[in-house]
Amino acid sequence: MAEPILSVRDLKTYFLADEGTVRAVDGTSFDLFPGQTLGIVGESGCGKSVTARSILRIVERPGRIVGGEIMLRRADGSVVDLAKLPPDGLQIRAIRGGEIGLVFQEPMSSLSAFHTIGNQLIEAIRLHTKLSKRAARARAIELLAMVGIPRPSLRIDAYSFELSGGLRQRVMIALALAAEPRILIADEPTTALDVTTQAQILELIRSLQQQRGLAVILITHDMGVIAEMADDVVVMYLGHEVEKGPVDTIFHAPAHPYTRALLRSIPSVLAVPRSRLATIAGSIPHPFARPSGCPFHPRCPDFMPGTCDKSFPAEIPIGQGHAAACHLYTTERAPVPA
Amino acid sequence: MTTAATVLEVRGLRKYFPIRGGLFGRHAGTVRAVDDVSFTIARGETLSLVGESGCGKTTTSRCILRAISPTGGEIIFHASSGEDIDVARLNRKALRPLRRQMQMIFQDPFSSLNPRMTIAEIIGEPLLVNGMTDGQERNDRVAELLELVHLPHAYLNRFPHAFSGGQRQRIGIARALALNPALIVADEPVSALDVSVQAQIVNLLLELQDRLGLSYLFVAHDLSVVKHVSHRVAVMYAGRIVEIAPTEALFTTPRHPYTEALLSAVPVPDPRQRARRIVLEGEVADPSNPPSGCHFHPRCRYATERCRTETPQLEATAAGHEVRCLRAHELSLGGVAQAA
Repeated sequence: MAEPILSVRDLKTYFLADEGTVRAVDGTSFDLFPGQTLGIVGESGCGKSVTARSILRIVERPGRIVGGEIMLRRADGSVVDLAKLPPDGLQIRAIRGGEIGLVFQEPMSSLSAFHTIGNQLIEAIRLHTKLSKRAARARAIELLAMVGIPRPSLRIDAYSFELSGGLRQRVMIALALAAEPRILIADEPTTALDVTTQAQILELIRSLQQQRGLAVILITHDMGVIAEMADDVVVMYLGHEVEKGPVDTIFHAPAHPYTRALLRSIPSVLAVPRSRLATIAGSIPHPFARPSGCPFHPRCPDFMPGTCDKSFPAEIPIGQGHAAACHLYTTERAPVPA
Repeated sequence: MTTAATVLEVRGLRKYFPIRGGLFGRHAGTVRAVDDVSFTIARGETLSLVGESGCGKTTTSRCILRAISPTGGEIIFHASSGEDIDVARLNRKALRPLRRQMQMIFQDPFSSLNPRMTIAEIIGEPLLVNGMTDGQERNDRVAELLELVHLPHAYLNRFPHAFSGGQRQRIGIARALALNPALIVADEPVSALDVSVQAQIVNLLLELQDRLGLSYLFVAHDLSVVKHVSHRVAVMYAGRIVEIAPTEALFTTPRHPYTEALLSAVPVPDPRQRARRIVLEGEVADPSNPPSGCHFHPRCRYATERCRTETPQLEATAAGHEVRCLRAHELSLGGVAQAA
């Protein structure tokens, strides 16, 4: 396979609050390849959004990256560690929105209500290219057409509140693509949308990816969206990467008890009507009350007392590109319970 | 079709909202949020209302609870006393005794519980308001309700902030059950919850229905959850029911092109079944200015000239399966695979 365009190694982003430290992301590692979609999936508080924000260096205080590397391979072949750049320096500002585009969940709050969508697009284009105003406007219309906005030469002068949710999300994608990035990070891009609009937006992301060889990081809580879109998957729980692997392996041969339980508990349109769902006992712990050892152990059906609650399991390779962080696969190395 | 087992019967329900514009608030148009909606719910049955934002599903449920007053139509509630009451026409005072029998579960477990009240007070309040003034009796009932939703007794004197989303939703359900209602209106009760918690609440709703013989009107946009809870499903588009059928029939043999498109848009959690999607063009119809004829025709891939001019009526195609489509009898549409 080609060389990864982005390599994250042992990323740690902590929030150092007065009440204690929240380890929002605690040792995540993955590779992103050109033309591929990496899905990051997990429930609330798992650290999937903070991972994306760490890559772009837009983690809000009191959060900061306390360890790890985020190696970006640039178009000229040079490699830069984003984790080491000052978060408001020139270099990261050129990369953010330039080489890496970002689409958020809530298009209403991410677009300005005081500027037309055209002005926001033109600003983004001119920030990262040397186009004249007139040329940038033409380019903006092109971008709106590309993301499937009807009558783009009229809509360019509309304000975001005049557009429907689906159209706004298309504008967000146009904005993210304004500077022709090579990486697109989409954080819950369809969560606020209706299912038929979601289908349109996913289709759009897929076709743009094919046309431009974009590498996409897709962050979602929805296993259905992951199954539909991802090539590789990272499953996170309470800041930890618990399993990663090719999408088919994750869905058909999941290794980590959390992944297995999560997959069993998803409601499906293919289910027998009124059938009970498999459940995961308990609920996600509060970030200040993180369980000792493996963070999943209080809810885990395979909990091994004396092991899982004592030490954190290392990530163990299981198959081709497939790894899980679980004591089921490390027990021979675990300390014997006293 | 009404039998002794019917709890709720909605006939020709309409809710129009005026649009006011200009300096003097002139009448500038009408939003037909709910336009001629009819259905029944039997005792112990779950009917789901599904559709996309703005289709009128929530407005319908709010009319039934009389949180808002309908513009027209009848909402007949068959009370346990044997009396038939038209909820649509009652005044505020006459509504009060009825509210005991119809309760609601909200979407957001974080904003629907008073943060200054303990769990015992939250669940006990409907009892107190409805005349159970004896403290001991009330405490016993609250304890019983907590047990029903599988929450430990020890939680009685805690405040809502100490609970997770799933636990709060259980508290909301216990409060709704306090007065032994016959019908529960649940508007997106699990959509704000994480997947692993959502499954627990779905199962709890099924279990309570079996134990207590409750009827549910379940309002939701997530078709996967709907499949797990419903006996029957009604699909709404631009203020109208376009298809209503028993759950399995609606999912496997849909008869309306909108239902077909809606089903094909749901991502299936299996990468080996990356679906051939029907991607609908354009936007959901605007209920203040709906298209002529069949409201769905501008987005329908089966539309003919007739669909532009003629308004289809809801017609039965099979037992309990009704469709609002001029071409329902000639089209052969695809649903999801039959449950194994």
